[in-house]
Amino acid sequence: MRYVLLICDDEKVSPSNEQLDADPVHQAWRADLERRGGIEVGARLRPVVDATSVRVRDGETLVSDGPYAETKDFVGGFVIVECDDLDEAIAIAAGHPYARWGGVEIRPVWE
Amino acid sequence: MTDPDDRVRAAVDAAYRDEWGQIVATMIGLTGDWDLAEDAAQDAFASALATWPRDGIPNQPGAWLTTTARNRATDKLRRDAVGAAKLRQLAVLARDPDESPMEEIPDERLRLIFTCCHPALPFPARVALTLRTLAGLTTAEIARAFLTAEPTMAQRLVRAKRKIQEAGIPYRVPPAELLPRRLAAVLAVLYLIFNEGYDEDEVRRALTAEAIRLTRVLIRLMPAEPEPPGLLALMLLHEARRATRTDDGVLVTLEDQDRSGWDQALILEGVEALDAALAMRRTGPYQLQAAIAACHATAPDAASTDWSQIANLYADLAELAPSPVVDLNRAVAVAMADGIPVGLTLVDELAASGKLEGYYLLPATRADLLRRAGRAAEARAAYEEALELAPTEAERRYLSGRLSEL
Repeated sequence: MRYVLLICDDEKVSPSNEQLDADPVHQAWRADLERRGGIEVGARLRPVVDATSVRVRDGETLVSDGPYAETKDFVGGFVIVECDDLDEAIAIAAGHPYARWGGVEIRPVWE
Repeated sequence: MTDPDDRVRAAVDAAYRDEWGQIVATMIGLTGDWDLAEDAAQDAFASALATWPRDGIPNQPGAWLTTTARNRATDKLRRDAVGAAKLRQLAVLARDPDESPMEEIPDERLRLIFTCCHPALPFPARVALTLRTLAGLTTAEIARAFLTAEPTMAQRLVRAKRKIQEAGIPYRVPPAELLPRRLAAVLAVLYLIFNEGYDEDEVRRALTAEAIRLTRVLIRLMPAEPEPPGLLALMLLHEARRATRTDDGVLVTLEDQDRSGWDQALILEGVEALDAALAMRRTGPYQLQAAIAACHATAPDAASTDWSQIANLYADLAELAPSPVVDLNRAVAVAMADGIPVGLTLVDELAASGKLEGYYLLPATRADLLRRAGRAAEARAAYEEALELAPTEAERRYLSGRLSEL
């Protein structure tokens, strides 16, 4: 099964890419993913201050600043992984450093 | 001579109680399709009602029913065999056509119960799914027991089964590293079912029996785990006192319950289950709660209750499973063992922490301790506060009674 892991937090802690690369928890998480061989694609996203939302209403394109929904936590990155089942996806999600202060939402891919 | 139709009816009823969960579990294991599994099991029991009066009751009703369910599922898949998934299911079902129907059927119920109680499912759905697939209650029965409209309950079951399929919740007993937490989730579901039935209402009362039955099944399937017998002991020790908990719709506290009305056979069985659990030397929250219940259940009268032992057990419980409710119970035990003022101090600390804001047993407990200490005016105020918050009529009647005695 394929899952998208949405890695979320409130952006209060915002390590740089270099800091994240040096974080042993993040390193262990990446090593775990490689060992499982399940990762298809993934990316870290820039903070929501850089987000732009687009809506089309009555044929008009409305562009606004910021994320689509005003929530406490924002998606800060995602990976698409191939797993045996939800328990494997949970194990991967639990290993991500952001799970310790933010959270990871697991969404099965609609296929 | 009993009517042969009655004998068949009784045999089918017994088989339903004993075999339903296992048949559904086996069919899910074979097909991966929860609805098909339930339908096939249902068909097998209908078929038993139709053919057993003519052909006689089979020697092994469970094996007969499983084979029949399997055949029904095969027929159904053949009828609407479209798509690769259905054909794969069919291939699994059709394997070993000469296989003896009397062969030993592996018990798949453990996989079923862990899947029903998976933490990715909403808690009410875990409860409903366990009662439907494992205990064989109908959707209508579950809805009635939880005072929910039947379509709402049906929807809850449909959504849960869909999530199992679509989110890829595995049909398995979790591996060792996940087992402790997942087993705790299973026990929480069983204990909730028990507590829902620990009620005066007849329909809901059936739930306690189901919870006890399912816990016994779990013990048989996981004989090396101490918490399931701990939970069974807790349930039996509560159940033993059920008849004396209220009197004419008024709550009767443990202290004032008529101990001659306690079911000694259940107490004995509960204590045995607890001993078996404790002998495994891995303590847990259910064993501790059962040990506390056993202290009460085995005291010949209220005055000889071993309160210091109970206070120690609550302290252990607070360490293992911290909760302000446990702290409140410990405060009562301390008050009874070491003197009311010591206990009152603990209760006042808890009240000051605000952790039990709005919980009626906080003022009710304070009121009781103040009454025992002879501080009538303060007790009265606390009873009045508790009355405002008490959730049931039986509790309100009890508190009013106490208030009028002051």
